[in-house]
Amino acid sequence: MLQINNLHANVGDKPILKGLTLSLNAGEIHAIMGPNGAGKSTLGYVLSGRPGYEVTEGSVTFNGQDLLALEPHERAAAGLFLGFQYPVEIPGVSNVQFLREALNAQRKYRGEAPLTGGEFLKVAREQAGALGMDMDMLKRPVNVGFSGGEKKRNEMVQMGIIDPALAILDETDSGLDIDALRTVGDGINRIMRKPDKAVLLITHYQRLLDYVKPDFVHVLDGGRITRTGGAELALELERDGYKELAA
Amino acid sequence: MTDDIEIKDKAAWDAAEKVADYEHGWSSDIETDFAPKGLNEDTVRFISAKKNEPEWMLEWRLKAFAMWKTMEAPDWAKLNVPPIDYQDAYYYAAPKAKPKLNSLDEVDPEILRVYEKLGIPIAEQKLLAGVEGGEDGGLPQRRVAVDAVFDSVSVATTFRAELDRAGVIFRSISEAIKEYPDLVRKYLGKIVPMHDNYFATLNCAVFSDGTFVYIPEGVRCPMELSTYFRINAENTGQFERTLIVADKGSYVSYLEGCTAPMRDENQLHAAVVELVALDDAEIKYSTVQNWYPGDAEGKGGIYNFVTKRALCQGRNSKVSWTQVETGSAVTWKYPSCVLNGENSVGEFYSVAVTNNHQQADTGTKMIHNGKGSRSTIVSKGISAGHSNNTYRGLVRVAPNAEGVRNFTQCDSLLLGSLSGAHTVPYIEVRNPSAQIEHEATTSKISDDQMFYAMARGLNAEEAVTLIVNGFAKEVLQQLPMEFAVEAQKLLGISLEGSVG
Ligand SMILES: Nc1ncnc2c1ncn2[C@@H]1O[C@H](COP(=O)(O)OP(=O)(O)O)[C@@H](O)[C@H]1O
Ligand SMILES: [Mg+2]
Repeated sequence: MLQINNLHANVGDKPILKGLTLSLNAGEIHAIMGPNGAGKSTLGYVLSGRPGYEVTEGSVTFNGQDLLALEPHERAAAGLFLGFQYPVEIPGVSNVQFLREALNAQRKYRGEAPLTGGEFLKVAREQAGALGMDMDMLKRPVNVGFSGGEKKRNEMVQMGIIDPALAILDETDSGLDIDALRTVGDGINRIMRKPDKAVLLITHYQRLLDYVKPDFVHVLDGGRITRTGGAELALELERDGYKELAA
Repeated sequence: MTDDIEIKDKAAWDAAEKVADYEHGWSSDIETDFAPKGLNEDTVRFISAKKNEPEWMLEWRLKAFAMWKTMEAPDWAKLNVPPIDYQDAYYYAAPKAKPKLNSLDEVDPEILRVYEKLGIPIAEQKLLAGVEGGEDGGLPQRRVAVDAVFDSVSVATTFRAELDRAGVIFRSISEAIKEYPDLVRKYLGKIVPMHDNYFATLNCAVFSDGTFVYIPEGVRCPMELSTYFRINAENTGQFERTLIVADKGSYVSYLEGCTAPMRDENQLHAAVVELVALDDAEIKYSTVQNWYPGDAEGKGGIYNFVTKRALCQGRNSKVSWTQVETGSAVTWKYPSCVLNGENSVGEFYSVAVTNNHQQADTGTKMIHNGKGSRSTIVSKGISAGHSNNTYRGLVRVAPNAEGVRNFTQCDSLLLGSLSGAHTVPYIEVRNPSAQIEHEATTSKISDDQMFYAMARGLNAEEAVTLIVNGFAKEVLQQLPMEFAVEAQKLLGISLEGSVG
């Protein structure tokens, strides 16, 4: 589904990704772990086309398409979803309005008919319900006044409504209490654990991986993948830390 | 068919209908009946004669014209306006065409088509259609009576009979001068006096048409009233005049919309709107202003110099101005409330968008003379391109007005780095019991917001439109439903090209 080959990228003038190679097949969940500043968020931004993140070398193919040639909204329409480490507030725009417009913009781009208000609300209600978010919250402005945990939960509601093929989830687990972590973990499994979908799970902690079992775990350090293993690698990292591993 | 549409000047209507075959932005080659070019006493007499006005009206106009000649254009606004050659314009233009012999029944669908081309909100068209007996997809029966003004003349008014039954007078001002001279004379020029300002005085001399509304005591106007103004003829100034009187305990919601075709030359628009609310009366006045703003280089566009003022004369009277200003090359406009009545209320909700080389200097005045009077001001300025957007507002409290309250919120949003936003509040409080609050913010659309919206599937323009609509929401939600939808779209359209 996703092939990243020898990816180099700068933020401003500073090289951050330095030859990153990674492949995800449909049906797989990959976890990426690594120390602060390793370039994990940068990878998510580069894959979703954030302005200011400049690819200097390498290629990325997503379902056969040259991903890097697409605008951010085109990548979204092609099925890519980025769960933000720091979800953004948009005052005066309700979650419902935001998501309906976003979803219908994607559908339009793909040549699909827009969802009516009623159809959309049905989907939104289901997804919010499954993630334990009440409808009042969906009517509130996007992320405004939400707690850190509520923002992350909201990212998952958005993912459920948009129903992407590939989700890159950037530290979706940070800021969640134990109950919320379970809800979010269940949500990821329910929405994304499907034969035709894939997930790139960026996390610092093993605890989310108790709920969402990864098929592969990668260590990202110094802008490239330094080690790849199965679910047990995460446990090893938790026990020994990145330093031990590098040594 | 339960109601009628009165076509006042069949020839003018037919011409207007022909014009409507063009999208706004295009004017047609219809024949137009002009006054001679230029401005002198004869022009004033010509206009008055064309309208068969009574002698008192002509005298009033001539007095205003004499006064105007002694006045100078104001220069205190933060606007850069080249000198206007008042002799190089027409002051009266009426569409002219050969009369056709259609019955009213045949005209109905055409009216819908005309309004569609004029850009009247879709939902309103549906409502109009519903009244005609057509099916309407579950929309509540909210209806809007429309007065359409083309260049200098009012060409049609809808729902006349039903409004008449309710005792509501909804007429073009030319008709009202003849049919209800006492009522018109009692209020005309009493809220905005003839000498008020250069453009208002000019309007007194040459006003061509406009709308008169009277809501009798205790009557809640059975539907929304609306006027659509369109400047079509080349080189023509439009000077409309609106007078709305809400008698004791009455209520009316009035909508004003405007369009003009693209032209290279600037065209002058100088309207006067006067509102009076007596005891316990309420007037809600909403404007969506979409005059041609000029091209991306700043060529052409409407000069919009408008005087709008409300007199909240009665106890507990209330006037609410809501405006969405997206058009015009230059906007000079301060819808105000003189709050004379005890516990009277004034509100001003404004969104002003400027793009390219547009300039807007707009705001309000809240003059608190009555005890316990309250006012709310919410102004949202959005500037893009090379444009300049100024909020200018006055809050004044008279010495014996006890217990006055005002809340002002002024927010500016900047797109790009070449545009300007300015806030100029004047606060004059002469009574210590007054509570005055003023808050102001200036912000930019952040890269984070843009990317977040785009990562969810919106393209750059959709993302800007969404964020801007969120910014303006407090104001947009004051508009009647149909207008709000239209206004949201307009905000997006006016900001086109403002993001890379
Ligand atoms: N906008 C930016 N400008 C300059 N440097 C940045 C910017 N964003 C991130 N960086 C730098 O890039 C590196 C990788 O950051 P990031 O991808 O956020 O790491 P991680 O998510 O793995 O903690 C860090 O050294 C960080 O300081
Ligand atoms: Mg990070």
